Amino acid sequence: EKSKTTFFSKLSKAVAGKSKVDDDVLDNLEEVLVTSDVGVDTTLKIIERIEARVAKDKYMGTDELNIILREEIAGLLSETNLGDATEISIPEGVRPYVIMVVGVNGVGKTTTIGKLAHQFKNKGFKVVLGAADTFRAAAIDQLQVWADRVDVPIVKQKMGSDPASVAFDTLSSAVSQGADVVIIDTAGRLHNKVNLMNELTKVKRVMQKVVENTPHEVLLVLDGSTGQNAFEQAKQFTKATEVTSLAVTKLDGTAKGGVVIGISDQFQIPVKYIGVGEGIEDLQVFNKYEFVDSFFSNKS
Amino acid sequence: MFDNLSEKLDKALHVLKGHGQITEINVAETTKEVRRALLDADVNFKIAKEFTNRVKEKALGQNVLTTLQPGQLMVKIVKDELTELMGGETEGINLSGNPSVILMSGLQGSGKTTFSGKLANFLKKKKSKNPLLVACDVYRPAAIDQLHVVGDQIGVEVYSDKGNSDPVAIAKAGIDHAKQNGYNVVIIDTAGRLAVDEKMMDEISDIHKAIQPQETLFVVDSMTGQDAVNTAKAFNDILNFDGVILTKLDGDTRGGAAISIKSVVDKPIKFIGTGEKMEAIDVFHPSRMADRILGMGDVISLVERA
Ligand SMILES: Nc1nc2c(ncn2[C@@H]2O[C@H](COP(=O)(O)OP(=O)(O)OP(=O)(O)O)[C@@H](O)[C@H]2O)c(=O)[nH]1
Ligand SMILES: Nc1nc2c(ncn2[C@@H]2O[C@H](COP(=O)(O)OP(=O)(O)OP(=O)(O)O)[C@@H](O)[C@H]2O)c(=O)[nH]1
Ligand SMILES: [Mg+2]
Ligand SMILES: [Mg+2]
Repeated sequence: EKSKTTFFSKLSKAVAGKSKVDDDVLDNLEEVLVTSDVGVDTTLKIIERIEARVAKDKYMGTDELNIILREEIAGLLSETNLGDATEISIPEGVRPYVIMVVGVNGVGKTTTIGKLAHQFKNKGFKVVLGAADTFRAAAIDQLQVWADRVDVPIVKQKMGSDPASVAFDTLSSAVSQGADVVIIDTAGRLHNKVNLMNELTKVKRVMQKVVENTPHEVLLVLDGSTGQNAFEQAKQFTKATEVTSLAVTKLDGTAKGGVVIGISDQFQIPVKYIGVGEGIEDLQVFNKYEFVDSFFSNKS
Repeated sequence: MFDNLSEKLDKALHVLKGHGQITEINVAETTKEVRRALLDADVNFKIAKEFTNRVKEKALGQNVLTTLQPGQLMVKIVKDELTELMGGETEGINLSGNPSVILMSGLQGSGKTTFSGKLANFLKKKKSKNPLLVACDVYRPAAIDQLHVVGDQIGVEVYSDKGNSDPVAIAKAGIDHAKQNGYNVVIIDTAGRLAVDEKMMDEISDIHKAIQPQETLFVVDSMTGQDAVNTAKAFNDILNFDGVILTKLDGDTRGGAAISIKSVVDKPIKFIGTGEKMEAIDVFHPSRMADRILGMGDVISLVERA
C-alpha cells in the first residue's frame, strides 16, 4: 500500500490547483502503467484523457484526482463491464448453455474450467465437461481430476482423437442428460499456427450440428503475466472463434495483467473473471476498479 | 501492432536526411523510438530506459563516424549493444556430476515439464547420455501422469512416487534410483510456483539444498511482460540458478523479457523451446534474439548496406 499512497499523494501535489499536469507526474504515471503491462499505446491514450480532464476541470483535490484516474483507466475497459458483477450468466431457456474455453499454451484454461464448473454447480446448474484437449500429455487426466473434485460428469475419448468429435459427443451427452451448462476444454495453441486455429473453427462448426448457435460463449484465457503479445492472441482467437469474454489468470503473483485494458478497449470484449490461485475457489468475478487499483499498490 | 524498429528509425530520421551527422536532437528523437520499440517488445521499463541512455551516449560519442548515415549508425549501435547485452557464446550445461543432477524451476505453465522431456531427449540422442526423469510436482492435477506420458514418448524412464507428498524426499529417492540403475543424468521436474509464494519458494530452496544440483534452470515463457524481472530476481535470489530456458518462441512474441532477465540476473540463456513436440528444442543464439526483439532481419540488412 505504500507505493500506492506515495503515488497518489505525489500526483495530487503536482496537480492540485493547477490546470495542467506537470511532466514529472505524467512520467510517474507512465511508469506505473507501462510496468503493469498496459502498453505504450494505451498508456498514451490514458495520459491524454487525464490531461484533457485536468485542463477542463481545473482545480482538483486528492480525492477527485484519484477518482478521475480510476475512471479514465477503467473507462477503457469494455462498456459491458459496469464495475458490478460481470460473471457469465446462464440465460433461461437456452439449454445446454455451451462455453468453449480457448487460449495459448499454459495460460490456465483447464484450471479455470475446474473453478468455473465449481461455481456453476454451486448455483445449482447441472454441468458437463468436455475434454477436447486430446493433444497435450495427460490433459484428459488433468480435466478428469477437476471433474472428480467438482463432482461433475466429463465426456472424453482417447488421447490423440479428434477434438471436434469429443466436442460433438459432449454436446450430445449433455442434451440427453438434460444438462444446463457445458464447458469445453481445448488444447493450448499459439495463435500464429494457422492449422491449429482452423481446428478451433472446426470444433465450433461441429458443435453446431448438435445444438444451434453454439458455443454461446467463447472464453479466451489470458495469462496475467503476459506482455504485449496478448494483443495478438486476442486478435487471432477472435478471428478464429469470435471470443465473447476474457479471463485473466495468475493475478495472485506480482504481474498486473494491464494488457487487458487495451485489449478490452480495442476488441470490445469484457473481462469476466480473474484467476487468483490454483485452488478450486480461486476464481473471482472481475471488478474493474479493484483491478485498476492494483496497479498502484505494491504486493511485493 | 508492431512496426519494426528500422522503419520507425527511418521515420524519425527522415527529417534529417542530408544532415549526415548525429546531433543531440536527432539522437534524442531516435532513442525515444528505440525505447518505445523495446517497450512494445516487453523489455522492462527501467531496463529500456538505461539501455537507451547507453545507446545515446555511444551515439554521441561516435561523431567521428559522421560519414555514415545517422539512421544506419543508430541501428548498428542499438543492435551491437543489444547483442552484447544478450551474452556471448552459447553455453552448454554442466554434465560433470555422476549422475549430473538438473533441477527445473519456474512459474506455473512456463513449460518446465515439457522442457524436462525435451532436454532428456536431447541429452539421450545428441549427447549419448542415459537420463532419468523425476516427478516432483505433487500438486498440479495429473502432473505426474504428464511426465510419464512425456517419458514414454521419448523412451526415458520416469521415477515417481504417487503416495509421497514430499518433493524433497522424492528428489533424493530419484537420485538414489539413478545411482543404483546406472543413469548418468537426472532431470528433476518441479511444480510451478509464484515468487511471492513463500512456502513454495522455501520448498524449492529445500529441494535445491538437499540435492545440490550441477545445474539449476529457470524456465520462463517468452511471452512474459514486465513482471519477468521480478520473478527472475526472486528465483535467482533463492536458487542462484545457472541458466535460463526461454519457451514458446515458436509464437510471434518479440521476447523482450529475455533482455530484462539477462540484465537483472546476468545468467546465460541456454536453450529455447520452439514447439510442443519433444524435438522442439534449440540452443540460444544471442544475436538472433537481438534481431527478434528489434523487429527481425531487415535491421541487419540495413546495417549491412551501410
Ligand atoms: N498461481 C496461479 N496459478 C494458476 C492459475 N490458473 C492456473 N494456474 C496454474 O497454471 C498452470 C497451467 O494451468 P492449466 O490450467 O493447465 O493451463 P492450460 O491453459 O489448460 O494449459 P495447456 O492445456 O497446456 O495449454 C497450472 O500449474 C495451474 O495450476 C492462477 O490463477 N494462479
Ligand atoms: N508452442 C509451445 N508450447 C510449449 C512450449 N513449451 C511448452 N509448451 C506448452 O505449454 C504448456 C505448458 O507446458 P508445461 O510443460 O505443462 O508447463 P509447466 O511449467 O510444467 O507447467 P506447471 O507444471 O503447471 O507449472 C503445454 O501446453 C505445453 O505443451 C514451446 O516451446 N512451444
Ligand atoms: Mg489445458
Ligand atoms: Mg509441470
